[in-house]
Amino acid sequence: MSDKKIKSVFIQGAISSEFIGESIAKHQTKISIGAHNIFLGQVRADVIDNKIVAAIEYTAYEDMANAKFHEIREAAFEKFELTCMHIYHSLGTVNAGEICLFVFVSSPHRKAVFDALEFIVEEIKSKVPVFGKEIFEDNSHQWKVNS
Amino acid sequence: MKVTIKYFGLLSEVTKCEEETIDFSKTLISELLEELCIKYPNLINKDFQVAQNQELVSFDTKLLSNELVLLPPFSGG
Repeated sequence: MSDKKIKSVFIQGAISSEFIGESIAKHQTKISIGAHNIFLGQVRADVIDNKIVAAIEYTAYEDMANAKFHEIREAAFEKFELTCMHIYHSLGTVNAGEICLFVFVSSPHRKAVFDALEFIVEEIKSKVPVFGKEIFEDNSHQWKVNS
Repeated sequence: MKVTIKYFGLLSEVTKCEEETIDFSKTLISELLEELCIKYPNLINKDFQVAQNQELVSFDTKLLSNELVLLPPFSGG
C-alpha cells in the first residue's frame, strides 16, 4: 500500500491505557471491521543476580527503525486481510508494569488478526533496531537481549 | 574519505561516544572495523551488526556511504 506514508511509531515514555482506550474508540466508525486484536508489551520486573529491574530505557536508530516498521506494515497488509494497523513503541524510560509496545490490528474477520498480530510482533522483535537498557533499583544497569 | 561512525546501546558505552568522524582510505567495511577494533579493543568480543543506508550488510561489503552504523543485538518490544 504505497499510499501509506512513513510515520514515526515512537512515543516518548510509557504508552498510557487512556491512549490505548482512545485508539480503540476511534475504530467504532469503521463498521466494516469485525475483529480487532491487540498486543501490549509490558516492562517486566526481572530479577537478575538478586537485583530487580525497575525500568527499561529505550533508544533506537530511529531512521532505520521507522523504515523497518514501515516495511513490516507493508508486508502485513500484503499477507493478511487487514482493514488497519497501528504500531506504537516507547522511547526513553518506561517503568516496570508500564506498556512499551502497542500493536493494534483490525480486519473483517478474526483469523486474519490472530495471524497478523503474531507476525508483526515477531518481526518487530527481530528486525527493528531498538535497544533496551534495563535499569535496576540500585541504578546500575545492563543491556537487554531479546530471547 | 571522511566516514561518520554511529554507535548504539552497549557499543556507545564501549567507545564512550555516540558518533565520530574518522579518515578511512580502504574499501571494505571489515577493514574499517579492524581499525575501530584497534582503537577500541573491547569492541572485539562484542556482538554487533552493521548498517549502511539503513540496511544491514555483511562485513565483507564495500563501504558505499560516508556513514556506518554499528548496532548491538536488538531488544525492542
